[in-house]
Amino acid sequence: MEPAIETTGLVKSFGDARAVDGVDLQVARGSVYGVLGPNGAGKTTTIRMLATLLRPDGGSARVLGYDVVTEADAVRERISLTGQLASVDEELTGHENLVLLARLLGYKGKRAGGRAEELLTAFGLTEAAGRLVKHYSGGMRRRLDIAASIVVTPELMFLDEPTTGLDPRSRNQVWDIVRALVAQGTTVLLCTQYLDEADQLADRIAVIDHGRVIAEGTPGQLKASVGQNTLHVRLVEPGHRAEARRLLARGLDAPVQLEGDPAALSVSVADAERAAEALAELGREGVPVAGFSLGQPSLDEVFLALTGHAPTEEEIAA
Amino acid sequence: MSTVTDIPSAPVSEEALNAALASGQRPPRPSAASVCLTFGWRGMLKIKHVPEQLIDVTLTPVLFLVMFTYLFGGAVAGSTDDYLQFLLPGMLVQSVLFTAVYSGVTLNTDMTKGVVDRFRSLPVWRPAPLVGAVLGDAVRYGLAATVVVVLGLILGFEAKGGVVGVVAGVLLVVAFAFALSWVFTTVGLVLRSPSAVMNSGFMALFPLIFLSNIFVDPSTLPSVLETVVGVNPVSHLVTAVRGVMAGAASAGDIGLVLAEAVALTAVFAPVTARLYGAKG
Repeated sequence: MEPAIETTGLVKSFGDARAVDGVDLQVARGSVYGVLGPNGAGKTTTIRMLATLLRPDGGSARVLGYDVVTEADAVRERISLTGQLASVDEELTGHENLVLLARLLGYKGKRAGGRAEELLTAFGLTEAAGRLVKHYSGGMRRRLDIAASIVVTPELMFLDEPTTGLDPRSRNQVWDIVRALVAQGTTVLLCTQYLDEADQLADRIAVIDHGRVIAEGTPGQLKASVGQNTLHVRLVEPGHRAEARRLLARGLDAPVQLEGDPAALSVSVADAERAAEALAELGREGVPVAGFSLGQPSLDEVFLALTGHAPTEEEIAA
Repeated sequence: MSTVTDIPSAPVSEEALNAALASGQRPPRPSAASVCLTFGWRGMLKIKHVPEQLIDVTLTPVLFLVMFTYLFGGAVAGSTDDYLQFLLPGMLVQSVLFTAVYSGVTLNTDMTKGVVDRFRSLPVWRPAPLVGAVLGDAVRYGLAATVVVVLGLILGFEAKGGVVGVVAGVLLVVAFAFALSWVFTTVGLVLRSPSAVMNSGFMALFPLIFLSNIFVDPSTLPSVLETVVGVNPVSHLVTAVRGVMAGAASAGDIGLVLAEAVALTAVFAPVTARLYGAKG
């Protein structure tokens, strides 16, 4: 069976800027594929080309076996899109939004209303059904958005930063919904800025920077490539930082990053025991530690490890 | 208006979700006509939720008709009553054409919303959102026209063409406005902000409206101006509407208006559709 998504050398420029600069992707059917990167890395532009909203300038893309340019209509019959801006009509009620889509997709008369109610119930939106969407909270809006995407269960669903700006509870709800979708056989392409989100949901991840795929693999492979964990240390005395940096670098055999906080440093560690030893070494050498934590690498750290540079301001602002 | 933003969110029910996913088989693809009507229905819903947006459509014609009739009627035509007979069909044209600018404003506003991406990723006839929106706008035109006609009849307009003549006049204006709204949807996709669309729309319409035969008999004008008024399509429309409302229309006048409407649509509807398809 052909893959759900297959792109070769996909390119899109806006003026002089190459937003997407030769992206190759292979997404297996029935999986969740995470596309990870900072704002402006080219994630949304890639999704828009795959969802037939933008015409690629170069390269090719096939979605569920159909070319996104020459067979766009066949692609549209099999996908649905939940965009970064909520793709629902704020000036209509939740119920009207779903009836509108149901009719546009071919449900007739009362069946459109029935489908809308079924979805409102499934997404816990029955009480808010008659209210204008502009009065919805972020979490409710996102649930409605996803409900709108499954009026007809799609073979492939694009989710562009589905949890950006949501509170932890709403975020967990969205994750549960995505898991249910996948369990029913839908393939999901998930764009996100959050490593933990990709980690929770994705079977494979592509890391994108400056419009290029800079790393690809399972979450485990990716994390292994940047060191399993990151040790964050905060010193009592900022004046000890240079000494601490030297000691940690020697003890852990890895580059130590100085953080914005003048008393803090961080370092990737492959194994927790060595981290404990290095911390003990700080104590023995008379560098008092105010606190430390051992955690999963952040996206910043993945970036640092993969590209040798932190996400630039430009990338964050773009 | 409700200000509640967050109802304690009811949990997503896994069973109901699975049931909803399992029953989401794709129905047969709807026809282009049915999709356009659904988009037209969307326009209606927006009017239903914000009826205030109809105030200028309904109130402006009232103001213009009353003001022009009673302020200039005596000076231009000797009596306000005589002037009303001359002015009313032109007022009908003016009111409806100004309303056509809103097609562009609405589309421009719509394009900034995320929902357009969803529409564009649906397997439906591509220009359907546009055709539907413009069809929905025809309801506004009908409303503006009704206000002018009813008020005119109350003030003493004598429709010699009878009900048929009046209805034919209104239909002619609405048909032309439908065609003209494609010009404004094009403008709506080219310009950046709704207010820019509104301003340029009105700026373009003002000379067309005033340099026409709506307010005065062109034979009283200097010859250069008379020529300008003579080639203005708005004048052709007014002449045809006056004709049918008086029960004395010439087929040539009506034919010219319809030909101009078809020409506007043939040029600007595809341009709009192309711009809409290329957005992103």
